[in-house]
Amino acid sequence: MVDAGSTDRNVLDLRHERAQIESASDAILGAAERYGYSKASRFAIRLAFEEAVTNAFHHGHCEIPDTPIRVEYVVSPEEIWIAVEDQGVGFEPDSVPDPTLDENLSLPSGRGLMLIRTYMSEVVYNERGNRLEMTYRMPGT
Amino acid sequence: MASSESRLRITERKSVTCVEFMDRNILDEMNVQAISDEIGQLVDQADSPRMLISFANVDHLTSAALGALITIRNKVKGKEGELRLADIDPQIYEVFEITRLTGLFNIHDSTDDALKAFG
Repeated sequence: MVDAGSTDRNVLDLRHERAQIESASDAILGAAERYGYSKASRFAIRLAFEEAVTNAFHHGHCEIPDTPIRVEYVVSPEEIWIAVEDQGVGFEPDSVPDPTLDENLSLPSGRGLMLIRTYMSEVVYNERGNRLEMTYRMPGT
Repeated sequence: MASSESRLRITERKSVTCVEFMDRNILDEMNVQAISDEIGQLVDQADSPRMLISFANVDHLTSAALGALITIRNKVKGKEGELRLADIDPQIYEVFEITRLTGLFNIHDSTDDALKAFG
């Protein structure tokens, strides 16, 4: 986990509304900027966050669209930890087809999880598959 | 040309429909769907569409935007048209590389380069 000596942290329940999602994203990225994360790092974090939130609503809450998801984050000088949890039935992350295979390239969906795994230092799902914890480590640490 | 609801700036240059995004962030699904529908209508209106999409004003996008681009590309290809992308920021270009979509799309450094490449 992270050093609690110098951190920004919060727990949020987000509805599927653009303003709420952007507010959460802005809070995380604002903290990241204050702690010295580069533009490239903030791009990565923002992309992974947006993909995780989209997946939670689109897949996790497709049957319960008015239900909020829970987002937790801790931003420190060493790393940024974000958890996104939905109330859906979950899924098996390893069952998602590889979108970079030739036969999948022209499919319009299925790239979100791959992008999260590429841009974040660590990505962990709980056993049910409805809670994602991802960590971005400050480069060089 | 753009309607009051449009998120795009659309011009015609050398018989090519040039599309620019007015949003710096192509992020949420609803926004992307609206953009995709609008570009899709442009494709529908042409017998053999020749389209250039410029990312000059785009700082950020998500996989939903990539999906919309693929749908547009498939639609253009279905009408034996031509689609080219241009002015992609290096960090966004990296997203195309990571997802291997650089092999699916014709991507150019600039709008001028893309326009020269149209048959």
